[in-house]
Amino acid sequence: MSAAVLQRLAATMPPGRFLQRPEHLAAYESDGLTAFRARPAAVVIPETQEEVIALVRFCNAERLAFVARGSGTSLSGGSLPVAGGIVIALNRLNRILKLDPAQRLAVVEPGVVNLDVTQAAMAHGLHYAPDPSSQSICTIGGNVAFNSGGAHCLKYGMTSNHMLGIKAVLATGEVVEWGGPSRESVGPDWCGLFTGNEGLFGVALEITLQLLPRAECFHTVLAGYHTLEQAGDAVSAVIASGLLPGAIEIMDALALEAAVAAVHAEYPPNCEAVLIVELEGPREVVAADRERLDQIIAASQPVEARPARDAEERTAIWKGRKSAFSAVGRLSPDFIVQDGVVPRRRLGEALRRIGGMSREAGVRVANVFHAGDGNLHPLILFNGREEGALQRAEALAGRILKMCVEMGGSITGEHGIGVEKRDYLPTMFSADEIDCMSRIRAAFDPLGIANPGKMFPVSEAPALQHHGLHPLEKAGIISRE
Amino acid sequence: MSAVLTPASFDELAEAVRSTPRLLAIGAGTKPRLSSVDAVKLSTAKLSGISEYDPSEFTFTTAAGTPVREIAAALAERGQYLPFDPMLMDAGSTLGGAVASGLSGPGRFRFGGLRDFILGVRFVDGTGRLLRMGGKVVKNAAGFDLPKFFVGSLGRFGVLAEITFKVFPRPASALTLRLAAGTLDTAVQILTEAANSRFEFDAIDIAPDEPGVLARLAAPAEALDPLIREVFARWPGEALSESAAETTWARLREFHWSDPNTPLIKVALSPAAVVPLGQAAQSLESTRMHLSAGGNVAYISLGATEQATELDERLQKLSLSAMSLRGRAPLWLGAHPRPAIAQAVKQALDPTNRFPTLDN
Repeated sequence: MSAAVLQRLAATMPPGRFLQRPEHLAAYESDGLTAFRARPAAVVIPETQEEVIALVRFCNAERLAFVARGSGTSLSGGSLPVAGGIVIALNRLNRILKLDPAQRLAVVEPGVVNLDVTQAAMAHGLHYAPDPSSQSICTIGGNVAFNSGGAHCLKYGMTSNHMLGIKAVLATGEVVEWGGPSRESVGPDWCGLFTGNEGLFGVALEITLQLLPRAECFHTVLAGYHTLEQAGDAVSAVIASGLLPGAIEIMDALALEAAVAAVHAEYPPNCEAVLIVELEGPREVVAADRERLDQIIAASQPVEARPARDAEERTAIWKGRKSAFSAVGRLSPDFIVQDGVVPRRRLGEALRRIGGMSREAGVRVANVFHAGDGNLHPLILFNGREEGALQRAEALAGRILKMCVEMGGSITGEHGIGVEKRDYLPTMFSADEIDCMSRIRAAFDPLGIANPGKMFPVSEAPALQHHGLHPLEKAGIISRE
Repeated sequence: MSAVLTPASFDELAEAVRSTPRLLAIGAGTKPRLSSVDAVKLSTAKLSGISEYDPSEFTFTTAAGTPVREIAAALAERGQYLPFDPMLMDAGSTLGGAVASGLSGPGRFRFGGLRDFILGVRFVDGTGRLLRMGGKVVKNAAGFDLPKFFVGSLGRFGVLAEITFKVFPRPASALTLRLAAGTLDTAVQILTEAANSRFEFDAIDIAPDEPGVLARLAAPAEALDPLIREVFARWPGEALSESAAETTWARLREFHWSDPNTPLIKVALSPAAVVPLGQAAQSLESTRMHLSAGGNVAYISLGATEQATELDERLQKLSLSAMSLRGRAPLWLGAHPRPAIAQAVKQALDPTNRFPTLDN
């Protein structure tokens, strides 16, 4: 970008909301995927929708690349800046514009933090279902761009399943509004197409979210198993029974070790795997279902099964589970987290093969995953100070992704392709299919200025560099899941 | 409307698209207004059959022309179902037609509509390429979500060849309640309260010509009794027998209540718009309305074709969007924005307008 363009851009923003000095830009150089780093020419901090629209139109007129950014928690490098482009930081568009308990919906700006929606809704007995592990910091705008998931996707779906409407400024400068307060629509599902666009279509300005009544009652069981396979078999038995749990999660031995170290979680001894199953619903329904679940778990030969007896014990179970990711930082100075999906019936096989690849490569892998929907989260541990360690970890990650596709799954369940997995897009889609997606991208963004370099394979990949843990991760504020 | 093309394989389908300059795919023709446009018709009748179904994965894959009824039967055998109560199932609706029309039934209230259960598609685009988008597993975030875009896109962007869906285990038992309400206002109030209650209703509808709210509870049998007692203590009513419940829901699902000779219109709305829309419908002679999915969709059967103009005006005033499923009314009624991007995406998927546009 020329200095003149930069100067004109600066003139559109009050001082303090246009950042250009290296020490100010540093905080925006990376996101949750710390292995990549790029310095933008400037960071702009709009406070209103009109300012965002004006910025995008400016970029369109100047053919200037922009990256919209919320809290920068993307694990796929989705909010990695473009060198020479600008970052549009949306954190100050953080107003909940409307909370309508009678119609169970909220209208929010993109910079609203995920958990803040639920906290605002709680007074009315409602909640916002998608719950990525970074929910205390990640923003709805980012959730929309990457169709974020969480621990409750099998029953409740992902972000797109909770979006009723969107107002967005497209990369062309056109402002569109799709959907609204209704849970139904007529005509093509534009809202659905926009969700998960990875920032390649434009910038969300206003999002209508559906809220759901908070479940009245929960029943959470933690069961330890001698082997991962037994835990996997228990999942199959739960699924075959016709129950529809709100969450089914598994942690392996290395992840358990980390959780113990981090939050003093207590697990049954000598277990290679711990399974967490949670039922939810009206109390009468949970009472009936828990009896069946308890029988199924008892029959699955656990080392020990521990149903949570009260809310405190339930919280403790989830604390151990949700801390597992950041806790892995205690086992290894660095790690990368993968997000592949395999058909549920092949979970056991997938884990065995990951174990084999891990031993072969001499790289440790901890596993924490959403077993109910086959979404793996292998945590690949490495020491960034060791020569070639990051490259070995990345190579192993790539082998795991290819395995997921071979098994009929996906390279990403909820993190998106971003920069990290763009070279693996062709493992899932043919050249024609990628061409089709490129054409759609070009319809929304003919100049290729919206978050370029993400999702689609490109020849000039930025060099992989090691930068250590994200500062927020070090502080224990975010975790990579 | 006679179908002239009947491809029997995906290759034949792609070839048919490549060799026909203007065509539109049709399924069983149960929503005839959606395809009443000048184009060669391509029937998916011979593209039928479930190709993959693994109950333990909660997923199935079928050819687009497969009748929904056939799918529902295969799922029921394994204790599973499509929770959104696909419409016009008995009338022979195909899964491809259900996707293209974007219709969901009363059960969409609890777990979401058709759009929330579609996982992947194979389709032929306007250049004649057979493409796969989305995936076959229950969770997937790779690539643009074209499968969702095809929901409600009326075959104007591509011909569906094969579709993958997510399914759920069927609840052990269900009971339908009719909660008393003298007026539409009272019914809407009950509907709103019920939607926010702890009971987790499966469906909340207001049937045409029938006072009260139809509410369905799905739960293990032993949980139903105590739940119902509490429901009735709050909102007096009666429980329907199993056969009465089946008849009641089938009548709504199949539009048996509607006039087959006049326009049938789907209106997307939210509970706050129910009463004003109800008033608009009431002012049109012999016009009837089924309110579904907790007040999020209305089906209106007009008393006469000519009433479409007036309904259109009313809908515009209420900023509601609607689509005609049957009859000689315009395809779109009410609010109908046409952003430039819609045309650009049409160009991307169908550069020569091989498929009709959304305009008619």
